[in-house]
Amino acid sequence: MNREDIPMLKQNIIYFDNGATTLKPQTVIDAEVDYYSNYCANAHRGDYKISQKVDSMYEGVRSKIRKFINAKEDSEIAFTSGTTDGINKIVFGYFQNKLNKYDEVLITESEHASNILPWFILEKKIGIKVKYIKLNNNNEVTIENVKKAITPNTKVISVAHITNVIGDIRPIKEICTLAHKNNILVLVDGAQSLSHIKTDVQRDDIDFLVGSAHKMYGPTGTGFIYAKFGLLDQITPTTYGGGMNAMFLNNGYIELREIPTRLEAGTPNIAGVIGMGAAIDYLENIGIENISSHEHNLKQYLLERLKKIPNIEIYNEKNIGSIVAFNIKDIFSQDLAIYLDKHNICVRAGNHCAKILNNIFNVNNTCRISFGFYNTTKEIDELIKVLNNIDNIWKEIL
Amino acid sequence: MDSNTKRNIILNNYQNPQNRKRHDNDKNYIKINSRNISCIDNIDLYIKINNNIITDISFEGEACAITISSTSILTNLVKGKTIDEALNIINNYNNMIEGKEYNQEKLQDAIVYADISKQPSRKTCATLTWNGLYNKLLPLKK
Repeated sequence: MNREDIPMLKQNIIYFDNGATTLKPQTVIDAEVDYYSNYCANAHRGDYKISQKVDSMYEGVRSKIRKFINAKEDSEIAFTSGTTDGINKIVFGYFQNKLNKYDEVLITESEHASNILPWFILEKKIGIKVKYIKLNNNNEVTIENVKKAITPNTKVISVAHITNVIGDIRPIKEICTLAHKNNILVLVDGAQSLSHIKTDVQRDDIDFLVGSAHKMYGPTGTGFIYAKFGLLDQITPTTYGGGMNAMFLNNGYIELREIPTRLEAGTPNIAGVIGMGAAIDYLENIGIENISSHEHNLKQYLLERLKKIPNIEIYNEKNIGSIVAFNIKDIFSQDLAIYLDKHNICVRAGNHCAKILNNIFNVNNTCRISFGFYNTTKEIDELIKVLNNIDNIWKEIL
Repeated sequence: MDSNTKRNIILNNYQNPQNRKRHDNDKNYIKINSRNISCIDNIDLYIKINNNIITDISFEGEACAITISSTSILTNLVKGKTIDEALNIINNYNNMIEGKEYNQEKLQDAIVYADISKQPSRKTCATLTWNGLYNKLLPLKK
């Protein structure tokens, strides 16, 4: 659907790597160009008209995000450079100050590196313990396994809403309910979910949520943190400088600005934030529910056909979602990706930044197809045709 | 060399690689791990050096057809060579990969990768273990 909105699709490519980044609609590109061409000035700085327009456009995106995830207040949203930045700000700006030695953080082995490494570092710094929620036979998180993993020392559950290799959707509402009964805070990594399923932080009672614009059809280098106001207010800035201080004196006295401004030191990625706003408008216009059901249908359509390819190994057939991870026996995933690229089909090969997932899959590398709203059954037919000619692989890539 | 012959040499070295063996518990061997940036290819090379000569070399690991086959050819080329000779072969190989002048005779089967210079995305695959070995041998040069 809406393929005509995406300039990149005018090239002769089949783009199945939306888990890595999404292609951009013209309206997102136009929004950034419009800022640079027609009202380029800094935010929160000037008393002239165009600067005030920048402020209103920039701050307007906070409202768009609030509505998009159904937060209560605009002031519960802080802009970041992306999901990785968001998680790091929360882990080192909040949890480093709140957690004590032997406190436990629950994650899973299918998390992205950005939701594992900050916790490992905190483990080394202050002696918390990183523990794993056991995944079930379909590599999913069940509420029973979360219950089993919780101990009196558990203080945080930090999980992706949707994972980037398996693509399974976590029961976030149930996890938050259970967590809060046990005085546990929940951090949700929304990188792979925000543009695929409806996110509602109030319905699910999420404490912290992070996301990246570029996986939501928006620009690279921008994203956001949502946190319930009382929590966001307690995040200590991890960067200091212009824009975030109210005053400072030569004796070292500093007063910081209010939340969320004090978490946004330095000149922000204004064009990126405005582009993120355009991406949210665009997504709202298509409707997340429409995207979800379209992508679900694509996955089923693909699976029915992929299963018939000789020597295929599919790793997440039973998971609902928009991602399919697979290999063809005796062909290294990178060679398969290069073969598909010869036919202008873009897929990702490798471990997809989920380096400890091989403990579960018993395979280090996979080819990953991750759908976006613009993918079609016709593109899948083309993929299947190319995979049916896999005997030509060496002739074509060597 | 025609493209069919080249392809057959690459495929033979990929599907039936030479010198594929681990020596993890043998103290006579130096282990060299090589991974590419996206961490897909992951190869361990094992070299045994006596009196400045590479008396044995083998490898094991997971990687694409180009990396596995080029490693197989590398091991055959440098086995029995002095450190200087091996460094010289790798230098020649890198010249070829970069599209510069090189000595064809010294590279034997490795010339099948001459066209890689036109495929930037595969250069890393073709040079991964070669450069790993080069960096390990250079400080050992007498």
